[in-house]
Amino acid sequence: MKNKVFRTFQEAVADIPDGSVIMLHSFSGPGGIAQNLIKALREQGAENLTLIGCNLGQISGVGMLEYQESSSGEIPGLRERIDAPGLYSLILGQSYTTPAVLIENGQVKKAITSWAGTSVVGIESPLEKAVKNGGIQLEIVPQGTLAERIRAGGAGLGGFYSPVGVDTVYQEGREKRNIQGRDYLLETPLKADFGFVRAYKADLLGNLIYRGSSRSFNPLIATAARTTIAEVDEIVNPGELDPEAVVTPGIFVNRIVRIEQGAMK
Amino acid sequence: MKTRLDTEVIAMRVAKEFQDGDCVNLGFGIGADAASYIPPDKTVIFHSEQGILGYGRILTEGEEALADFNLTHAGGKFVAPQPGMCFFNHADSFVMVRGGHLDVTVLGALQVSEQGDLANWSLDPAGRLGNIGGAMDMPVGIKKVIVAMEHTTRDNRIKIVKKCTLPLTCPRCVDLMVTDLAVIEVTAGGLVLKEFAPGWSPEEIQALTEPTLILADDLKEMEL
Repeated sequence: MKNKVFRTFQEAVADIPDGSVIMLHSFSGPGGIAQNLIKALREQGAENLTLIGCNLGQISGVGMLEYQESSSGEIPGLRERIDAPGLYSLILGQSYTTPAVLIENGQVKKAITSWAGTSVVGIESPLEKAVKNGGIQLEIVPQGTLAERIRAGGAGLGGFYSPVGVDTVYQEGREKRNIQGRDYLLETPLKADFGFVRAYKADLLGNLIYRGSSRSFNPLIATAARTTIAEVDEIVNPGELDPEAVVTPGIFVNRIVRIEQGAMK
Repeated sequence: MKTRLDTEVIAMRVAKEFQDGDCVNLGFGIGADAASYIPPDKTVIFHSEQGILGYGRILTEGEEALADFNLTHAGGKFVAPQPGMCFFNHADSFVMVRGGHLDVTVLGALQVSEQGDLANWSLDPAGRLGNIGGAMDMPVGIKKVIVAMEHTTRDNRIKIVKKCTLPLTCPRCVDLMVTDLAVIEVTAGGLVLKEFAPGWSPEEIQALTEPTLILADDLKEMEL
């Protein structure tokens, strides 16, 4: 059996060259983000990357605070909201890693995403800042279209026609076609050189299961990347995952790394 | 200044629109709170973009022990698990949205036109650059589109207009607007004022609305 298990995140990302296209998940909160792979890639230092992900502007609440302190703008009450006891600050007060660390580190030349901002109005994201400074090329895609373009990439399709964005500024530069009486826009597939996936458990063959709302883009990314790297809480023997419950078949997964400690539950 | 309804009351009024058995996506504006006001005799199934159908109530203060980062809705708030809940990937989630399988979506808006055109994102590099999210997908496929918003901007500029001046999110898609002053239905014949907030007259609401409002035969004060 081919060994897919890598001992460390550093080894798992070591061969990612400059100019790679990386697909990775980021939505709201830390759920489903391959934080350890992102950190390892930051350390590894590959440059001129293209990132593809849902909310590439996302930074954690603590990240926002640090970012706010290092830039000119100040958001009234942000510190208080983060420090306050209770549920909201439990989310906002979490420190976690998002793709924004690669952007802040100057490793990214292009971003394909549906959301370039942070989740707090008034706080500019590292991505927005980089785009305004001309450092990053931005392609904005409606969220469902982004998911389907990744699915098309993984499925070997040449694209699809979608009604989303018809008769808006989004249609500029896109082929419009009337099919069965309705207008659609041609959407092209998205593929990546490397896909970062966050799953709950893997078996040694790379079959994956996820937890709750952290599934999201991860199974799509696994299909659309030439090399898919999954970080997981547990690695088990073949047979220990219920075949009826496997979400990502192992054929889509090339490398697995177990998160030693500090996994987000 | 006369009192307007607060966002909580807008959310309560939005919740009245949900029918028993509806599958609903709430986005994360004012409408998100509508989930908290479903009467016990109705079952409403909530959808969240990253792949949940049938999540339970939004956790409130004191329930920190139940908080699970693998169970948050699209707005990032913790939700409770609920029997019958299921998970799926993000593409399947938008199969539900785009494919016409969801009954209602509640969105925020910067402008709504007389024809029901929706503008709720901005390309302006001086503002929030390129935040489109799922707002463009939702109104294309979901059967009923409700806009929950303040009737005018913070600096009292008109948001319900004859023609949107901001870039459109989706043309001709809005069915109903619930604002802090009124409930307005978009019809082929024009905008129909159905309900007004307590203390407000139809004339005062008209003065803050650009297109001419048609008064509904059963025009009444908003009830919750």
